[in-house]
Amino acid sequence: MAEPEAKKEDADSRRIQTFPIVRFCDMPEEMKVETMELCVTACEKFSANNETAAKMIKETMDKRFGASWHVVVGEGFGFEVTHEMKNILYMYFGGNMAVCVWKCT
Amino acid sequence: MPLKTKTRSVTAPPPVPSAKAASKKSKKDDDDGTEMGDGDDWNLGKSLIKPPDQLDLTEQELKEEITRVLTADNPHAPENIVRFSFKERAYKQVPVISQMAIHFARDGNLLHKDSDEAKRQQSRGKLSEESDAEDISAPLPSESAEKMDTEEEELPDAKGAEEEEEKEVIRPRQERKIPNQFNFSERASQTFNNPMRENGCQTEPPPRASFASTANQWEIFDAYEEVLAKQAMKKEKQKPHTVKKDEVSKKKISAVESMSDDISRVSKVAKIVERMVNQNSFDDILQDFKYFEDPSDEFRDQEGTVLPLWKYFYEKAKRLAITSMCWNPKYHDLFAVGHGSYDFMKQNRGMLLVFSLKNPTYPEYQYSSDSSVLCLDFHNMYPHLIAVGFYDGCVAVYNIMENATGPTYKSSPKSGKHTDPVWQVKWQKDDLDNNINFCSVSSDGRVVSWALIKDEIVYTDIIKLTMDGICKDALENLQLQIMGCGTSFDFHKQKDNLFLVGTEEGKIHKCSKAYSSEFLDTYEAHHMAVDALHWNTFHPEIFISCSSDWTVKIWDHNLKNPMFTFDLNAPVGDVTWSPYSSTVFAAVTTNGKVHVFDLNVNKYEPICEQTIVNKKRNKLTHIAFNPTYPIIMVGDERGGVSILKLSPNLRKQPKAKKGQEVQKGPEVEIAKMDKLLSLVRDPDMKQN
Repeated sequence: MAEPEAKKEDADSRRIQTFPIVRFCDMPEEMKVETMELCVTACEKFSANNETAAKMIKETMDKRFGASWHVVVGEGFGFEVTHEMKNILYMYFGGNMAVCVWKCT
Repeated sequence: MPLKTKTRSVTAPPPVPSAKAASKKSKKDDDDGTEMGDGDDWNLGKSLIKPPDQLDLTEQELKEEITRVLTADNPHAPENIVRFSFKERAYKQVPVISQMAIHFARDGNLLHKDSDEAKRQQSRGKLSEESDAEDISAPLPSESAEKMDTEEEELPDAKGAEEEEEKEVIRPRQERKIPNQFNFSERASQTFNNPMRENGCQTEPPPRASFASTANQWEIFDAYEEVLAKQAMKKEKQKPHTVKKDEVSKKKISAVESMSDDISRVSKVAKIVERMVNQNSFDDILQDFKYFEDPSDEFRDQEGTVLPLWKYFYEKAKRLAITSMCWNPKYHDLFAVGHGSYDFMKQNRGMLLVFSLKNPTYPEYQYSSDSSVLCLDFHNMYPHLIAVGFYDGCVAVYNIMENATGPTYKSSPKSGKHTDPVWQVKWQKDDLDNNINFCSVSSDGRVVSWALIKDEIVYTDIIKLTMDGICKDALENLQLQIMGCGTSFDFHKQKDNLFLVGTEEGKIHKCSKAYSSEFLDTYEAHHMAVDALHWNTFHPEIFISCSSDWTVKIWDHNLKNPMFTFDLNAPVGDVTWSPYSSTVFAAVTTNGKVHVFDLNVNKYEPICEQTIVNKKRNKLTHIAFNPTYPIIMVGDERGGVSILKLSPNLRKQPKAKKGQEVQKGPEVEIAKMDKLLSLVRDPDMKQN
């Protein structure tokens, strides 16, 4: 029991276990998986700059799924958005980052 | 010549030289002898006359030499021009300013003779000359041809010159006109254009929804902690539990976000609160149920009483009689009650209610149906399945775990429903294909087994109750089979295939599932319809039957005659063995009484005979023992269920003799029964 606890602490402190947690999603399964992977890639690539990460996510989503997507990447924010049905994903990543992606024209 | 008046004394001298100058000028100009003889006089007396605006300078200043320089600069040209340079993005002074001053400009119309315009003009000019000279030149070649011999040298030159001239003539012609070789003429036309029409359309915008949340460090941290905790739990627990966790986590996640689950989350809590309230309000009854043992039983010699505990009554089932009751085999506080009407004329609807002892005020589950429910049965293995038989001959299976308003399976005329009311249904053990199945008996004379295969209900006739008397139709000489009407049946507890069927004629048939055409045995049981039929809980050979002919009979299935007969002074609606003793049974009669018998105590009289409901207004229809608790439930014609507690005398175990161990178990019960039977059987002739 001590070992897994120690590992957990390590994970928390170092945030190496950067698995994404989906808080809310009403996308179809395939779309959700793709979007999640994209967000993880973007956040890892631009870990220093939220703006460029968001930009990358937004542009890829626009190309892939069309029309206009909106992306918020950050560590502390509240939001209230109107989104097209079946086109929103809100997830945590990296232990301290939250990403919200939705589509609305 | 300006006339100067002499009145101007001050200005007298100045006008004179000006007059002189003027006169001089006039002299030059006109050359007239406008004399001013007086002028010479004036010259003599001349003094320096200054114009009034002349500068007064000193001698020195007068002698000063002033040089004047004439330059070629344009005095009107600006000295410094500053322009904004877009290349350098700054104001820069133009270095050199042109000093050219144009005094006069005029455009001329001279052309260089080799330029295009000049050539064109020349050709035009020549053409006009040549057109006049054409006629002249035409005869020229002919003339020259004649004169060829004579003037050979000259002619070629002339020809050449003419040719040259012709060539020059031809070229301008070509430049001027393109001849039409195809007789081409242009003509245009316009086809009919279809008229334009405007058409507009607006698609519906894609559906939208709002979503709100907050992303804080602590929320993120909490979420991660939760997930890690769940993962740790998963590793510890076994697989079947993980499915639950997933559902819970999913529920949690969705519950956090969605707002629409409020009512359903409250329902669980409300249920618990309702039960608590009921418990509080019926507290004394509950205490009685649990702990009350009638002390007066000690004084009553072997007689007992039943103590009324609760009365269940549901508003919607007000006018409907209780037609069937069954305790749940797994949850011993749960019981199902079927409502309907026995009256042939007053058939309207039926209800199936499932109550719990924990909540006497409202049913846990309720189902409505179009026709009266006549019988029901809980499945032993799957306590959420209830088989139900209806007055219209249908059978149905309800799954109380599903949130359905109707049955999960229902038979239809297509799928072999009975044509007459179904009086009894009973679940069987799973068949060879592991499908759950149950049997039903009905007035149409068929005993049918229904199997639930996937989503359908499939029937197989087990046996048809034919009457022995064959009626010959005089005309056609056919042998018609008259079907008896089955009113009750019961399957043997150990031997699956063996079962008893009671008919409306009062006969009891012993049958086997294996033989569908013949009865194994027939007992002439009653004079009226056999209302209830039950094998003994412990003893494998005894069964009990009751009928509207006021009697309750106990049989050994090997013998044609009943072992015991009891006359209860009123039509007996139902009889049932007790689950804890092989010699105790209870019966209800239409005069509102419950009769409890213990053969071990008294072979002829009931040890308890008690009125439950007012016999004038209400009749008792059914009775059932609870498998674990010492209570019985009794249903009446008005739709009310009474729960009664058995007093200790009624559930007595045989007292162990000193030194002997008190043995529990079915063997004891069977032995007990056997002893009784042997007492009874001795005078009877054993018949096979």
